[in-house]
Amino acid sequence: MRLLTHNMLSSNIKGVVNGFPLRIEAEKVVEKTVEMNGEFLKKMFEKIDWKAFVDASRAMGPEEADCSMLDSDEFLNRFHHALLELHLEEGALVCPETGRRFPVNKGIPNMLLHEDEDTDGEDSKDGLTDIWKVGVFSVTG
Amino acid sequence: MASYKELPRTAQIRLVSSHQEVYEPCDDSFALVDALLADRNNLLEHHPTLCMEIGCGSGYVITSLALILGQEASGINYIATDINPHAVKVTRETLEAHGVGAELIVTDIASGLEERLTGLVDVMVVNPPYVPTPEDEVGVHGITSSWAGGENGRSVIDRILPVADRLLSEKGWLYMVTLTANNPSEICNQMRKKGYASKIVVQRSTEEESLHIIKFWRDLDKEVNESDQSASGFIGSLFALGPLLSYWRGTTSKQKQQK
Repeated sequence: MRLLTHNMLSSNIKGVVNGFPLRIEAEKVVEKTVEMNGEFLKKMFEKIDWKAFVDASRAMGPEEADCSMLDSDEFLNRFHHALLELHLEEGALVCPETGRRFPVNKGIPNMLLHEDEDTDGEDSKDGLTDIWKVGVFSVTG
Repeated sequence: MASYKELPRTAQIRLVSSHQEVYEPCDDSFALVDALLADRNNLLEHHPTLCMEIGCGSGYVITSLALILGQEASGINYIATDINPHAVKVTRETLEAHGVGAELIVTDIASGLEERLTGLVDVMVVNPPYVPTPEDEVGVHGITSSWAGGENGRSVIDRILPVADRLLSEKGWLYMVTLTANNPSEICNQMRKKGYASKIVVQRSTEEESLHIIKFWRDLDKEVNESDQSASGFIGSLFALGPLLSYWRGTTSKQKQQK
């Protein structure tokens, strides 16, 4: 997972209001060189949430931490490198509101929710929802 | 005009990875890639920045799209999702075997991307679970998620369309596989109300099924003019035989892979 994708991803747990940005827990980061395209970077620059991007790049490794990236003479190179060449290979993305961890394995974040995270809070509180669902499945199955 | 240029590359079947719980490329996948090939020049002139596949399965389609359009050097990035974790792993292997890349996420349709990716996707490709099944088969894990489409095969399609509308950019295009039983003309009318024009790019009838690859794009001039039926007239007439065909119950590409 690249930081470009991290910048587009929010916690999808029902009821969470401030689900962006997901905090990065990096266990393994890999670098893969790709050719730079200035047009792409220019387009993305307008769309990127800069604070989330700088924090994320810091989480990917100490040498990436740099708030002065914007002022850098080599800005495009560094933006390109952090946005597209760093990959979170193993680790997790953490919901800023609930602390729920979404695992990242082999570079792939898993955003699938458990059933009780995917329904509105009111439904799951009384515990009746699950019983009802079990009932439905046993009838039709 | 004819030249000896090489034909554009698509994913090669021998390099497509597989898993018992992942849908293998079949007639519907080939028809979708054929539609992208047929529209290749338009796609290149379209200069997409972000391309996305919802339900990437084996990775055959997103890999082909990346081979047809080029990657970072061309200023294009790819995102692919699938609800089946096995499928996303297989997609990663298929992409790597072809020397291309895409950002992969295990998620339900585009859950988690809907806020920040709004209006950023220039090209979206979808081969949805379109097979009519009992509703309770929808959302079952594993390979079932690649075909189980509920009533008229529309349950998942009808959840994808509003997400597509949200994620597509102003100039965004959507290519989607449909089956006659899905009532494609009704899908087109529904999208028309959201301001989209539509066109059949590829139509293919096999022994088992009649597939249509429909391309949707925002038609700003004709947005929400309920009294104007002309735009839907063309596509409507092409689907006129649909109701007759839907009585016929054959097996589809997707059903062949049911266990």
